[in-house]
Amino acid sequence: MTQAKLSDCMPQIGPHPGGAMSLETRAMTKTFGALRALDDVSLNVRAGSFHALLGENGAGKSTLVKCIMGFHAADSGATLLDGAPVAIASPRQAQMRGIGMVYQHFTLVPCLTTAENLVIARPDAPGIIYWRAELQRLEAFMDRMPFRVRLDRHVADLSAGERQKLEILKLLYLDQRVLILDEPTSVMTPSEADEVLTLLGGMAQRGEITVLMISHKFREVKAFCDSFTVLRHGRVTGSGCAQDTSIDAMSRMMIGETQLRARAPRLTGEASGTTRAAAQPRLTLDAVSADDATGRRVVDAVSLDLHAGEVVGIAGVSGNGQSALVEVLAGQRALSGGRVLAHGQPFAPRRADLDRYKVFGLPEEPLRNAVVPRMSVAENMAFRSFDKPPVAGRFGLISPARMRAVAAGLIRRYNVQTPSADAPIETLSGGNLQRAVLARELSGDVEVLIVANPCFGLDFASVAEIRAQIMEQRNRGAAVLLVSEDLDEVLELSDRVAVMSAGKLGPVVAVEATDRDRIGREMGGH
Amino acid sequence: MTDADPIASLMIVFYALIGGAIRVSTPFLFVALGECLTEKSGRINLGLEGNLILGAMIGYAVSYNSGSAWAGVLAAGGVGVVLGVAHGWICKLPKVNDIAVGLAFMGLGTGLAFFFGKPYIQPSAPRLTSVPLGAWSDSPQVQQALQVNPLFFIGIILAVFLWWMLRSTRWGLVIRVTGDSAASAKAMGVNVDGVRLLATAAGGCLAGIGGAFLSLSYPGSWNEGLSSGQGLMAVALVIFARWNPLRCVLAALLFGAAGALGPSLQSIGVSFGYHFFNAAPYIVTLGIMIASARSRSAAVEAPRELSIIK
Repeated sequence: MTQAKLSDCMPQIGPHPGGAMSLETRAMTKTFGALRALDDVSLNVRAGSFHALLGENGAGKSTLVKCIMGFHAADSGATLLDGAPVAIASPRQAQMRGIGMVYQHFTLVPCLTTAENLVIARPDAPGIIYWRAELQRLEAFMDRMPFRVRLDRHVADLSAGERQKLEILKLLYLDQRVLILDEPTSVMTPSEADEVLTLLGGMAQRGEITVLMISHKFREVKAFCDSFTVLRHGRVTGSGCAQDTSIDAMSRMMIGETQLRARAPRLTGEASGTTRAAAQPRLTLDAVSADDATGRRVVDAVSLDLHAGEVVGIAGVSGNGQSALVEVLAGQRALSGGRVLAHGQPFAPRRADLDRYKVFGLPEEPLRNAVVPRMSVAENMAFRSFDKPPVAGRFGLISPARMRAVAAGLIRRYNVQTPSADAPIETLSGGNLQRAVLARELSGDVEVLIVANPCFGLDFASVAEIRAQIMEQRNRGAAVLLVSEDLDEVLELSDRVAVMSAGKLGPVVAVEATDRDRIGREMGGH
Repeated sequence: MTDADPIASLMIVFYALIGGAIRVSTPFLFVALGECLTEKSGRINLGLEGNLILGAMIGYAVSYNSGSAWAGVLAAGGVGVVLGVAHGWICKLPKVNDIAVGLAFMGLGTGLAFFFGKPYIQPSAPRLTSVPLGAWSDSPQVQQALQVNPLFFIGIILAVFLWWMLRSTRWGLVIRVTGDSAASAKAMGVNVDGVRLLATAAGGCLAGIGGAFLSLSYPGSWNEGLSSGQGLMAVALVIFARWNPLRCVLAALLFGAAGALGPSLQSIGVSFGYHFFNAAPYIVTLGIMIASARSRSAAVEAPRELSIIK
């Protein structure tokens, strides 16, 4: 356990009337049934500090801040503001005390404009709103901020990054003095993130606000935070000064003494390298376009060749059309322009073509896109094979016994932890759900594999295993399209990479010929 | 009539159409404004057809017994509030579907009206007096056509008021927040079910008043075939108006004009296709449903909490 003295990190700031407040939790414990989500957690965020809360998914970070905000009632323990214990029973009460939070899901109201969202969030919103005067005041507020969001736009029309900025502006507009941010930069480009974090860092330094930020990104923690606390399995495993602690030390606190996983082995076969150019691509996207429900073009003339034995990674900030592209290839979204070819033949993402060209997929959010939550594990595993032998017998009749037997084999082989093959698949944990989908999609002969954010929200062990499976398919000669918001994942797995921004795909380059900075700039559309 | 000057006949059809549109549209307008308000809060009340019919019957009965048509209007609004509150309260219970409850209330309102309304089919009650807007003309047909009921003007004022309220008052914004994102509303400390209950009650009141117009102005008597589904068509109208009270006025006038087409053609002696023209509002409804289902702007402006959208 590393326990650096927090007071070394930053100058002590005295009580600051109307400014930053300190935030503490003492011995906070919260259980959900048998799960001990928080175990005796003490957190100390000094007034005017920019504090990072680190931890893996499921480590208890969100539970901790939700207990502070009054979403959950802690079983025991206390929250202290400026050293005095406070009882907060609801987010509204937290707001009254000056604690505001930006959640991972947006709390803005899509049909309302920016201005309407800001005014109605105020506890003292007037009964009759004189828009002319309000708009003047809002303009004046925006002028004081280093970034602005158009006041007359409907929130539904804002990009995800703009919405996240607006969420933060809203807290500042409401004069909140303790800001809790739950992974605020996950939907922003690197430059947007820097802009926002620089603003908040400056305000904290001037003693105007205190910031507690949940983050996964060590780069941001090192660049902007002055102190940090790490949670693992609901306990504090370390805290200290962000500037003096190495990234290695922080990640050890996060994942414990388990071995940091090695990169999945990458074999160089005949299919890769120079011979590739001559061969027929397994999958060709030719100026593929798609629209969203409102007619906005979300995928704009994307062209790409996918060859056997390679992983092509598509990086980008969430909401730039990657999901729509995967939906087009999976047959969930209509093609509004262009065409898709498999082995040079026209390809329609229907069952017959998927079988003929051996196209498989691991879509993002498997509970929504890959399984029927209330059907059993065995039924879900049979989606690709229920109408073929051995599951289907004579006259196409499905044999539940054979379906269960096939599933039992897959469950063993892919180590899916499930009470039984008959359990509804929605009862499985995230990692096991993904393994069950993997078992269905990868157990056959795969020629084309389309993967989207395969490791989102999974723990380290599952991440390593799933990435290894994807790499194994590539090594066996499958053509893999990997769409991921996790830049590290793209860089680790891909042979060639491209960036998707505002629906357009940038140039596809070999992974050795690019680097993180260049990709980051492209993500911002530069 | 047919042997008269064709221009004059055309003008008569034109005025008859305008007057008819105003008359026929008034109940549509009230029901649509009520439904618009309810849907803005994130709930659908399909029971407004029941409110309309029960409002018509109660309005007529109270007018007959008290001798005052306006007392009838108030009573109709009151019974609408009762039905709206009941709908809102039942929908508050867990796992209740507002569409199913609405259909039940449609049956309930209609049934109650038929049951209690039997004795009022024969007698004649005092009716609302209209404002003669056609006094400038010497043509009796024009004068007859432009007899406009004060409820129509009240409806227009109400539409403007609702539009302003939804935009420029805290209450209006709270209703829209509730209809768009219940989670955000709760985070603001808004009592979501309470807001929806009040919005459903107010919407029910307006639909009841729309019913009073049917029995106390046009057609101006109580019988069981009075409404012929206007309360349901008003729901389609709200979608067409994309949840904007001002557009509700235009949409109601359009529906009204479609409904007035048959009678106004008949006023100059055109009687072929009379039943076809009488079916015009229903055809317009179908057309609008098809058009608005494909409309992308409707998809954007729909309150996101509506159970048909989610």
